[in-house]
Amino acid sequence: MTLTAILIVAAALFGIGLFGALSQKSFVMLMMGLEMMLNGTLLAAVGFWAFTLEGAPKGQLLAVLVMAVMAVELAIGFALVVAVYRKRQADVIEGIGTMKQ
Amino acid sequence: MGRIGGTGMTDLIFYALSALAIWSGWRVFRVDSMIRATFALMVSFISVGGIAVLMSADYIGVATVFMMAVEMMVMGLFMVMFMMNPAGLNPMQMVHQYKFSIGAGIMGFVGLTTAVLLTNFPDNPLPENRDTLRDLGIELLGGSMLIFETAGVTLLATMVGAVALSSRRGRFGDSDVGAAPPGLHPGGEPAGRKVEKGGGHGGHGGHGGHQMMAEKTKPNSNDDPHEGHGNMPEMEA
Repeated sequence: MTLTAILIVAAALFGIGLFGALSQKSFVMLMMGLEMMLNGTLLAAVGFWAFTLEGAPKGQLLAVLVMAVMAVELAIGFALVVAVYRKRQADVIEGIGTMKQ
Repeated sequence: MGRIGGTGMTDLIFYALSALAIWSGWRVFRVDSMIRATFALMVSFISVGGIAVLMSADYIGVATVFMMAVEMMVMGLFMVMFMMNPAGLNPMQMVHQYKFSIGAGIMGFVGLTTAVLLTNFPDNPLPENRDTLRDLGIELLGGSMLIFETAGVTLLATMVGAVALSSRRGRFGDSDVGAAPPGLHPGGEPAGRKVEKGGGHGGHGGHGGHQMMAEKTKPNSNDDPHEGHGNMPEMEA
């Protein structure tokens, strides 16, 4: 278990998440792509803490922040999905094409 | 704690968990039911939590597992609400700009991996007998309390925002009053593009490749039960 191996796994998770966020039509599946990208970020943050900081506890705060971002993204994302569905009956991205400028 | 850089057992568990995280992460976007996708994502998160525990980040790892278990339950509930394809009986392909997305994902992975391989990282691993949990607790409620509390207040603001966004009525009328632009003359049609027509593509020449990609790729959802409702200008174009 080296830092390089951990970062490569994190890069793979990030790549999968990027693919999902760009390719999925449904809002909820798009959010799963975003969560997957944050998953890779979390792994990379913990890896950096464990292998480059001699265990300085400040390094773990970045991971705590990533977890807070995950929770915020999920809550606000679902609130937006509910609001958009209530207003436009849309649950796929193509349904809100009129929001484009 | 001595769990880092040590025995072959740790390595073995690490590689197994990594393979599980990546495989289930890939399954998230390949399975036919959104509920299964939710559980696949949960498995991926739990694997990452396990890797964090292997790296002696006990608090982060266990908190990730707990948080994601709850979060994915909530997500599963919403999946049922918005599911295209109950029970996953039909193949689900709700994708657009597919080739572009695959390319972007692979490019992201290759680019990040290249950056990782070409960088010289400092090598200061965790000391053998460091009590990481105690360190983190003192740091969270000591020197870095401001960061911790900021995360807490952000979550509180998120709760308020989520309630405000998803409520049907506000204190002063419907929650979406003011969301539509005012009319050109009192009570008349608003300026700009019509909502129901969807406009067309004239107005947004500024966006580059990704829009063109979306037009070129045909929407290949063969089991889309939602064609009837909603206005989908992209499909008609």
